[in-house]
Amino acid sequence: MSDLLYVLSRLLRAVAMILGVVVLCFVLVRLAPGDPAQLMAGDAGIDDPAYIAQLRQSMGLDRPLPEQLLAYVTGIARLDLGYSYPNRASVWSLISERLPATLLLMGSALLLAATVGVLLGVVAARSRQRRRWLDGLIAQGALLLYAIPPFWLAMVLVLVFSVQLNWLPAFGMQEVGGQLHGWALWRDSLAHLLLPCLSLSFLYLAMYVHLARSAMLEVMAQDHVRTAYAKGLGYWRILLAHQLRNALLPVVTMVGLQFGQLASSTLLIEVVYAWPGIGRLLYDALSQRDYALLLGVFLVIGTVVVVMNVLVDLLCRLLDPRIQAGALY
Amino acid sequence: MNSALLEVEGLHIALPPGGDRSHALFDVSLALQAGETLCVVGESGSGKSMLANAILRLLPPALAPRQGRVRFRGEDIAALDRQGLRQLRGVGIGMVFQEPMSALNPLLRVGVQIGETLRAHGMKRAGERRRRVIELLGYVGLPAPEQLRRRFPFQLSGGQRQRVAIAMALAFSPAVLIADEPTSALDVTTQAQILQLLQRIQRETGMAMLFITHDLALVQTIADRVLVLQKGQVVEQGAAQAVLGAPAQAYTRRLLAAALPAANPRPSPADAQVVLGAQGLNKTYSSRHGGWRWQHTAALVDVSMALRHGQTVGVVGESGSGKSTLGKALVRLLRPDSGHIQWQGSEVAEWPQRRLRPLRRRVQMIFQDPVASLNPRQTVAAILMAGPVAHGATPAQARARAELVLGWVGLPAAALERYPQAFSGGQRQRIGIARALSVAPDVLIADECVSALDALVQAQILDLLETLQQRLGLSIVFITHDLRAAARLCDHLLVMQHGRVVEQGASAALLRHPSHAYTRTLLASLPGPGLVESRELPPAQQEAR
Repeated sequence: MSDLLYVLSRLLRAVAMILGVVVLCFVLVRLAPGDPAQLMAGDAGIDDPAYIAQLRQSMGLDRPLPEQLLAYVTGIARLDLGYSYPNRASVWSLISERLPATLLLMGSALLLAATVGVLLGVVAARSRQRRRWLDGLIAQGALLLYAIPPFWLAMVLVLVFSVQLNWLPAFGMQEVGGQLHGWALWRDSLAHLLLPCLSLSFLYLAMYVHLARSAMLEVMAQDHVRTAYAKGLGYWRILLAHQLRNALLPVVTMVGLQFGQLASSTLLIEVVYAWPGIGRLLYDALSQRDYALLLGVFLVIGTVVVVMNVLVDLLCRLLDPRIQAGALY
Repeated sequence: MNSALLEVEGLHIALPPGGDRSHALFDVSLALQAGETLCVVGESGSGKSMLANAILRLLPPALAPRQGRVRFRGEDIAALDRQGLRQLRGVGIGMVFQEPMSALNPLLRVGVQIGETLRAHGMKRAGERRRRVIELLGYVGLPAPEQLRRRFPFQLSGGQRQRVAIAMALAFSPAVLIADEPTSALDVTTQAQILQLLQRIQRETGMAMLFITHDLALVQTIADRVLVLQKGQVVEQGAAQAVLGAPAQAYTRRLLAAALPAANPRPSPADAQVVLGAQGLNKTYSSRHGGWRWQHTAALVDVSMALRHGQTVGVVGESGSGKSTLGKALVRLLRPDSGHIQWQGSEVAEWPQRRLRPLRRRVQMIFQDPVASLNPRQTVAAILMAGPVAHGATPAQARARAELVLGWVGLPAAALERYPQAFSGGQRQRIGIARALSVAPDVLIADECVSALDALVQAQILDLLETLQQRLGLSIVFITHDLRAAARLCDHLLVMQHGRVVEQGASAALLRHPSHAYTRTLLASLPGPGLVESRELPPAQQEAR
């Protein structure tokens, strides 16, 4: 009963937050210098004030700002995010066409970073007593990965694996012009995904290694773990139920907090690898002053981040009974 | 000797280089027979917990025994493989730890935590495990075991958690129970209940108990035999009556003296001026419960008190009785919901913090935890000089003052340049007292200031407070859950329960003729000889008891 109430209130707050994101982005975009009507007219080679005014009117830019905002927000409810004039298409159709690619990249990178990161962190923490070198190797290696900027790493990976070794494709999501089906299509997609996913995940992997390692070290020193040993429990039971489970809490919390960062890194990586996601879309929208598209991308990314945070909150609640009872915070 | 259930022979455990001594345990031997209780006594750092952990091989590899052996039923535990060790830990020997708050996994239901022990040692059927869990919970005196097994540790009180921990240790009726300070973190009343429980289990199952404690009063209640540890070495070992009645070693006598209350309570200066007063204090805490509902807890209900010049007023009660809230309200670290507080005549209950600041130096606080209450990144000099400088002294004056107060609490001036971590618990509490004294206060509020310390150090700190009081004319509010410490230091007592003062009066009279049922319970819960009787005996007879 209280669980349902909690979920409802959390969703309500999420909707309010997304609305806040919309308003903020809307105002910020309008405050930025540059006029799309003028830009479009310039592209067409026309410098007639009357023509520009007409363009502005047709794009709805002549109405007062609050009115434009209201029209935009009511449009969202109908999935009408406006019209992208430079692309001659509705914003929603542009985004929905490319969103799956972005989500695939983000999701696979996050999954890789979190699972491998936690695994390595646990191995490092457990090696601290008897195989110190392994702990040192993992911790230092993670630090090295952490220090490398993802976009630079992306370029190096392309140079090595695509240009020099020619093992993996350098860009795109599928072989251009290749009519592939079934298993071959899977293989091809995976090959295309591998480099972008790795370049994106390394930074976060490094963070999760460190986080999981320090959380594990902390939990391993706790009294309840000693109790577990004193009870004569088996190796795996102690590791999984008493150490890893407790150590996961800070990691899960961090995943939620960093999701926004991950989204922005994804957009950058997409540009480097020409990944057909919304990163490229955003890049073009920026240079073309395509207000409607820009706002649409912001809105969708903001929504994804907020939704992810709601999920993480619910997961934390599931993992830690103290949060449910309000005994923490 | 061969009939002993558990034997420790010449156990040596070396400490890593750089410690304050080379050995954690040096040539320790003991033997535990079925059904008996052996108490291991010593101050903190004497190696007694190390001994307990060594028996179950719970120490990290760096602290593996260098020499000696531990035998359980004649079998050397160092020779056990992983499987044998698990069998020893879960089935042969049960262990209960000191901290009931942290000894249970916070994320697992208590029923699961008991059940996993059963499962790990071969009880495969879930229904059978559930029945045994309920049986165990009921056996250790927990109410409604069927519901309780689904609770998480944070939903239980400290005493309940300790009962769960005991139930866990008893899962397979072990032949030996090792209890490492199992009641030190609990209130006196809870402590008495847990001790009774352990004694009952021992009577019924005939298990042997290795009981580790620093509290000699408690030893007097439960021990058959006593082993006294000092700096990792056994200084004395024998039947409880022999060791406690006629201690052969100076160290044992010092421990014993620290456990006994002072010979005579001081007369109360009833006509002196009131330096700190409070009338009708109320404070209610509100906390969100489950996101929507609010839960209100009355921490102070119509509390009044008066502290006279040169007097020590003790505030005693269990945890949650509101005594710490009272302390915080008296120094105005929190604002009471209603009521009056006077500092030397000024009515300060409603004052904003800014207006209080000039008066702050008059009322100072000494905190419970000497580790947490000193900033680890400041030198002792910085800690001691901050107060005087804030109240307008020049650095040179503040420095001189710091050296002076450090001398008062018995620390050398060389301590000024060191950091708090360089000191022991007792020394840190001395620094805490010096910090309070650095601004020349009239009133000290000591909130459980000796609770985190061993009996010996406790006695030293109490003596110090008493000396300082006479020398400087201090008035002290002494907040404690330890009636023994209160009886030693205070001339007036307030007994608190559920935020109310249920009884107050001159210490001697109140302890001799407690009128409220709760006070009587507190007194009855004290282990060892009673406070009042022993006080009236001359010292020679005390030792003969």
